Formats: sequence, structure tokens, C-alpha cells
Amino acid sequence: MAEKMAMAKAINESLRRALETDPKVLVMGEDVGKLGGVFRVTDGLQKDFGESRVIDTPLAESGIVGAAIGLALRGYRPVVEIQFDGFVFPAYDQIVTQLAKMHARSLGKVKMPVVVRIPYGGGIGAVEHHSESPEALFAHVAGLKIVSPSNASDAYWMMQQAIQSDDPVIYFEPKRRYWDKSEVDFEAIPAPLHKAQVVREGTDLTLAAYGPMVKLCQEVANAAAEEGKSLEVLDLRSVSPLDFDAIQASVEKTRRLVVVHEAPVFFGSGAEIAARITERCFYHLEAPVLRVGGYHAPYPPARLEEEYLPDLDRVLDAVDRSLAY
Amino acid sequence: MTVDSSAARQPRRSAAGKAGTTGSKRTTRTTAPRAKKSTEPELVQLLTPEGKRVKNAEYDAYVAGITPEDLRGLYRDMVLTRRFDAEATALQRQGELGLWASLLGQEAAQIGSGRALRDDDYVFPTYREHGVAWCRGVDPTNLLGMFRGVNNGGWDPNGNNFHLYTIVIGSQTLHATGYAMGITKDGADSAVIAYFGDGASSQGDVAESFTFSAVYNAPVVFFCQNNQWAISEPTEKQTRVPLYQRAQGFGFPGVRVDGNDVLACLAVTKWALERARSGDGPTLVEAYTYRMGAHTTSDDPTRYRADDERVAWEAKDPILRLRRYLEASNHADEGFFAELEAESEALGKRVREAVRAMPDPDHFAIFENVYADGHALVDEERAQFAAYQASFADAAEGGR
Repeated sequence: MAEKMAMAKAINESLRRALETDPKVLVMGEDVGKLGGVFRVTDGLQKDFGESRVIDTPLAESGIVGAAIGLALRGYRPVVEIQFDGFVFPAYDQIVTQLAKMHARSLGKVKMPVVVRIPYGGGIGAVEHHSESPEALFAHVAGLKIVSPSNASDAYWMMQQAIQSDDPVIYFEPKRRYWDKSEVDFEAIPAPLHKAQVVREGTDLTLAAYGPMVKLCQEVANAAAEEGKSLEVLDLRSVSPLDFDAIQASVEKTRRLVVVHEAPVFFGSGAEIAARITERCFYHLEAPVLRVGGYHAPYPPARLEEEYLPDLDRVLDAVDRSLAY
Repeated sequence: MTVDSSAARQPRRSAAGKAGTTGSKRTTRTTAPRAKKSTEPELVQLLTPEGKRVKNAEYDAYVAGITPEDLRGLYRDMVLTRRFDAEATALQRQGELGLWASLLGQEAAQIGSGRALRDDDYVFPTYREHGVAWCRGVDPTNLLGMFRGVNNGGWDPNGNNFHLYTIVIGSQTLHATGYAMGITKDGADSAVIAYFGDGASSQGDVAESFTFSAVYNAPVVFFCQNNQWAISEPTEKQTRVPLYQRAQGFGFPGVRVDGNDVLACLAVTKWALERARSGDGPTLVEAYTYRMGAHTTSDDPTRYRADDERVAWEAKDPILRLRRYLEASNHADEGFFAELEAESEALGKRVREAVRAMPDPDHFAIFENVYADGHALVDEERAQFAAYQASFADAAEGGR
């Protein structure tokens, strides 16, 4: 059974299925109940599963994550929502010092099956603190897993897998793709959660991206094709762990790599990819690994975000620079 | 963005209502808007520093059934906990432990509250709750692993319903609240107790745990051991009102108990646990006590506090006070004290031997349990580490 739906709806369906399947699954966060979340991702869930399963919380992000840790210790599987990317920092302490380390500190006696949902990234004309991409700040922390779907099908299935995981998963939702529709097969056998996928085959250069930038990279590949260039597009899907084997396989074929993400380039996930792929593929590379992303500046006001965010031309420029080596 | 469900508001009313009937005297007695540094704060006391049993209309009922044997048990718990603590402090001085956080002076607060718990209750400690761990049946030698540096925990939290020590100040109060919310969801009637200090009361997490527990009517007892000092900072640097009064603003009762009076701590904690179990929500207990030693062995209290302060508190020693009562009421004879002294010596010896026999962890423990489901990077780095380790073995065998 397959259906075409928006990513926000796919996440909603996935949460619904998890709530139906496992009585230990809880949905928690600010405004997730009656309102259905500010993006309506949790729409209708409280109505159908009640206030003890879909929990409107006080406006306290550390409290949301800290209480979810306690509920996980009691045997529950909380899926918590941080309303926007920039609001996760009050909870950063609980995520980094507690959630990430509990399994190791207890020598494996305690599991932390908590999913932290974070709508992230820009492109929707929002105000300050509503457009950031803090995934690298989490990827640096051992004990956390970080994923970001780029389409409705992955959004559905990766949420199922994240909830089933006994590890804490930070689930970054690309908010500017919430309304993009694609086919979701509810009976599919999904790819493993941390496996990258080639979404477009190519021979001249690899574009690697995740979340909101995958669609852009596909557009770049279309544009490049008109100029006779064959670009491969890799949807990384998972930021931690990163599927370096898939990137390596692609780079060994195309010999060129451009990494695209919205987060600032400096110390970002692109830096990690560039370093490791240089180690793994030094003799295959025809050009240095290039990165396209945000600047080392606070996320700008909405009227400037189109200048800040990677766009078609900036990525095409990077492609040209790589091909010029 | 407000929490507006009636379910969220309902418990707050019931908690406040209960406060009005059982805790009104305590919550309204001090009317001054700002705390004055008082040497004789009003608090619940059942045993005076001289060891005299005093009546308390509200709390006597909670220790009414206590037998002479029970009293000797509380005394034994406190003596052995103090001995264990002294031994650990000595072991740190001998270089066997990297650090130790002494509970000296806080035995009554910990044993009194710890013995109020049922087996199915769950404890969320900070890093100084050695006496509570003792009450939960955690082998005291297990507490030393993290201070020796061989692990970051050392016991199965679910084995004794005693969570791992938490070092980030106040984090565990939220874990306690979440756990207590889970108890309510399960329809169980056990309770949770969260320990923290006067310094932690300044942390946002503690305030958030008060908010959450009140809103969800969670069965949690917040047990603040106000030992007067957060490393070098006195309580005046944390608050301008007595800490137990904080609870009122969150909609649940707070009570201050003499933290050096084991009977009062037992009684007040039992009362608070019963409130939690009967669906009346959280309580804040402030055990007014004193940390006689340093914050940890890295600390030097002579730089920030006067000797006469410690001398004044020594006169209120929790162990001495119960001994005086036991002797005056003929509940214990010389034989009991002599036997306990021998038991204390044996415990000290066991602890010394156990620490020295504690093996260093396996090198590969670095990579164990980082994730429950595994992680490609951890696997890769473990393999690199193994190869690096193996390279030394090769050099040793073939290189000379």
C-alpha cells in the first residue's frame, strides 16, 4: 500500500503507527497536543491517543529531555519535539551530559530509547533562532545518533527505525521540505537507518548532501546535465554514523566530491567528510573535496537568507571549480 | 504556547489543597519575604542535640511504631556509613582514589530518608549519597569505582532501584520527575526520591523539575540536603528565601527538617512519600544540615569558612545525638557499641582491601557500550586501536 504525501504527514503517520504498535511510545513537547505542533506534525495524535500518550509539556526544553530520560529509565520510549532548532540549546546539557552517556556509564545496563525531533534549517522566512542547522554540534558527541530524512518515504521509515533504536536518536526534520510530497510505501522493507543512498547516478562528480540539501543537489544535477555533465547525487540520510563506505564507493567512480549542507562550513560535517574521504580516496581524487554551506556568521535575517544558504549557482560554481582541476 | 489542558491544571489544585490541610503551618509560619541568616531556623525536630526526644504533633505518628531495635539499626547505619566515608577519605589521601566527596555530618539526613523508602521506590542521587546507597543495599565498595577511575558508575541502577551518581548539578531531579511520571502511567504506587544540594537549588533543571512534577502531579520527593556550602559559596549566594519555601511557588508543600536528626528525617520523608503514593504529588524536603568536611578532597574549606562554625555544628552531630538518646533510654548497652566498633573495623578493612584489589579496566572498555545498537565509527576506531596495541606486542617480541 503506497500513498503520495507530504513529509510532515509522513512523520505524523509514522508517529501514529508507533503509538498504535507499542504502548510504551510517548510523544512529548510544547504544543504537540491540541495544536498538533506548530507545523502540525503531531496533528490529531492527542485526540486519538489521549493526553497521557501525547503530552503537552511546560515550556522548558531541558525539562522535556530530562523528563524523557526518566521515562526511558522507567521503560518508556519517548519521542520528544524541540519546537525549533535554535531552542534546543537549553536542552543541550541534558542531551550531551546525560542522554548520550547513560548507556556507557551504566556499562550497558540502561538503554536510552529517546528520539529528539528537531525541525531545522532555513528557507521559510522565519525569525531569529528558527532556521539553524546545529547537527555538527551533536555529531561531535559520542553516544548520539543523528539522522535527517530528505523525503516523505524516508521520513516515515527512518522515524520507525529511530523509535525502535535503543540508542538516543536526534532526528532532524528539514522544515522547508515538510510540504514536499512523495510516495510512501507502508509495506516496504526500508533501507538500514544509517545507510546512504544514491538518488541519481552519475560519472563526473559526486554531490553528497542530506536533509534539505538533497533536493537542491538533484536540481543542480539536472542543470549540470543540460551542460553535458553527469553528476551523482548521494543522500547521506545519517550524519552519525556517516556512511563513508557509500561516499568512498561513489568517489572511486566519479573521482570528485562536493559536499553541500546548510550549516556553517567551518567545523561542519563537510569538513569531516572531506578529511576522511581524502584519507580513504587520496589516489582516486582528481580534485580536493569542496564544501558548500553557510558562512561563519549568525544565521541572517530572513531577507538575507537566500544569500546565506547554498543555492543552485553556488553549488554549480563549486562543481565547476572541482571539474577545473 | 501554553499548557492549557485541564488535566495539567488539576493536579496542581489537589497538591495545593493538600498543602493547605497538612502543611499550612509549615508553609506560612515564616512570613518574612527575605531570609535572614538565622542560627536557629525553625525546623521539624524529634531529637534535640542533647539526645532528648521531643514531641511533634504532626510527625510523631510516622515514627510511632519504631522499636529499640530499629533505633539501634539507624545508629548502626550511621556509624558504618561514617566509617566507610572516613576510610574513603583516607584512601584518597593515600593515592588510591582520585577524588572523594565526603558525607561527614550528613549521615542522619541520608539514613533517615533512605530508611523511609520502600524497596520498590527509586532513588536518584547526586554524588554524595553514600548513606542512601548503603540503605539501598549497594555494596559500598561499588561506590569507589568512579572515584578510583575504573568506571563511571559501577552498579546496575535497576538492581537496587538506585540510579548512578550524577555529577552535573541538578540534572537528576528531572530524571526523577520523568521516572515518577512513568510510575503514574503504570498505575503503580511506588515513589521516587531525588537528592540534591543547596547549590543545585539554583540550577534551572531543579526549577524545571519542580514545574514538571507539579504539573503532572508526579510522585516524587525532592530531598535537598542544605549543608550550608556549595564548595565555597554559602547558601546566601543561592537564595534569599529559605529553600523549603520555594515549593510554595510551584504549588506543593515544602518542609524544613533538622537534617542532623535521623528520626525527624525518617518521619518527614515517610510523610512525603505517603503523600506521593496517595496521589498528592511532589514535596520538597529541606534537610538543614552541615557538611563537616570539605566539598571534595580537592577543596580547602579553611579558605572560606571559620572554624567556630564547624565547632558549633559538631555540637549537633547526628551520631552523637542518637547515641545519647539510646543510652539515656537504655535502648543499647555497652556490648552493642563494642560489637558495632568491631563491625566498623571489619568494614574499614574490607573497603581498603577491595579498593586495592580493584582491577584496572580492560583497554577496550573505552569502546564498550558507547551505543546499544553499535556505530560504524566506534567499530572502525576500535579496530585502529587494536592494531596500534598489537604493534607494541610485535615490537616487544621481534624488535630486540
